[in-house]
Amino acid sequence: MLRLPIFGTKSPTSLEELVAAMAQPGAHLVAGGTDLLPNLKHGLYEPKVLVSIDRVEELQHITWDEDASMLRIGTGVTLSQIAADNEIGARFPSLAKAAGLVASPLIRNMATIGGNINLDTRCRYVNQSEFWRSAIGGCLKSGGDVCHVVPKGRSCVAAMSSDCVPVLTSLGAQLGQVGPNGRRDLAMADYYSSDGIAHTRREAGEITAEVCIPIPTRDTAAQYAKWTVRKSIDFPLVSIAMNFELSGSGHDATIVAATICLGVLAARPKLLRADKLKGLRFSDAETAEVVGELCYAQGKTLDNVPYEAGYRRSMLRVFGKRAVGQLVKSR
Amino acid sequence: MPDALLLHMKVNGEDVEVAAPPHFTLLEVLRYKLDLIGSKQGCDKGDCGACTVQLDGTARLSCLTLAAQADGRKVRTVEGMTAAHLHPLQDCMDKQVAAQCGFCTPGILMAAEAYLTKQARAVSRDEVAEAMAGNLCRCTGYVKIVDAIVEASEIMAAKEQG
Repeated sequence: MLRLPIFGTKSPTSLEELVAAMAQPGAHLVAGGTDLLPNLKHGLYEPKVLVSIDRVEELQHITWDEDASMLRIGTGVTLSQIAADNEIGARFPSLAKAAGLVASPLIRNMATIGGNINLDTRCRYVNQSEFWRSAIGGCLKSGGDVCHVVPKGRSCVAAMSSDCVPVLTSLGAQLGQVGPNGRRDLAMADYYSSDGIAHTRREAGEITAEVCIPIPTRDTAAQYAKWTVRKSIDFPLVSIAMNFELSGSGHDATIVAATICLGVLAARPKLLRADKLKGLRFSDAETAEVVGELCYAQGKTLDNVPYEAGYRRSMLRVFGKRAVGQLVKSR
Repeated sequence: MPDALLLHMKVNGEDVEVAAPPHFTLLEVLRYKLDLIGSKQGCDKGDCGACTVQLDGTARLSCLTLAAQADGRKVRTVEGMTAAHLHPLQDCMDKQVAAQCGFCTPGILMAAEAYLTKQARAVSRDEVAEAMAGNLCRCTGYVKIVDAIVEASEIMAAKEQG
């Protein structure tokens, strides 16, 4: 049996109340709670008050804003809703796929897209019981002063393990952050930093209210690949999101632009330098090989999550190549 | 110490008023305040699904649901399943011998019932395997559980049409 630490709760019913509640000292936001509660039960943090978003109607929308050419998703929308939404499935298949691959159906019924965007980084030396951690004297992220992944490292390399973050980044999504000073929008690609202890640029008292995804104007092909030990429940061991802009819809279409984003390396999702892919014919077998090579060459894995880093890095090549193959086949 | 919460919920059709500390999960409220010990405390961190209950008709993990999140909502636990007769799912689980130690069964029943109610049709084995991927069973090897849920879906669909 795992016990939660003692805290108070608040359940505001509007965005304004939510922001006000978050301004209180010791306030911590809880969305679905599927990652936060296990972490609290493991004694990773001790918030004074948990502020729940689940009664805030303003965070519950999926809106196709055709005028602005944007899909707007409120961050309180659950991953089940996104995975089951037919229109998202048709127009942003990689997002629907990633949302549908998170953990298990029960967790997806609770977990929200906002929670997945702000998912805390994970490490095999952190996401353990208090007793387990005490045996190794903690680490940079959990009350110690050493890193067990990079022994002489001075900064935390816990891994960004969200399934939706690489996909949203590859789709060029923007975040609407609402705080005491109003709303600011920023690109997901700029939202994360390489510090595993505080890996987002979320300011104090700020909440992620909306994620906006630009609706593509030309032919695109997007895919998400995730490798896990088991088919359900597990976090990814490697994750690859790719989004190709193509010159047309035919078999001989070439790549105009490519965005490939890797997760689970360190605290920051990694956007690959993929200029090499420009002009290649999408359906050529060689294209898949090049994508696999890019993932392998630029994806430097660490021993921060289960499985050996070297093996995971080899799997980047395999999963990168396979993902393109599946995409070509499905077109 | 923060003040206790006074929760108003409809548990298995009955209005319930219960006080609980804010750091209690829904599972703790059900088990330790309302004596509804059908929902099981397994891993307590969302991996096993033994604590599955339905909140406003959706299957959720009660070990990761804060008590405050259930306030004002309808909660259904395995205790609410049997009215005058056994539910077709219970009947089929029994017939197929789909429970051995039985620890996962309440969670399986809650997740399966929410799923079958939503589908309202006969479902395939593959669909069941996918839908039940959050409920672990260490005894049966799942074959009989899947058989039972598929059979129950056929009975429930036939009833709906008949």
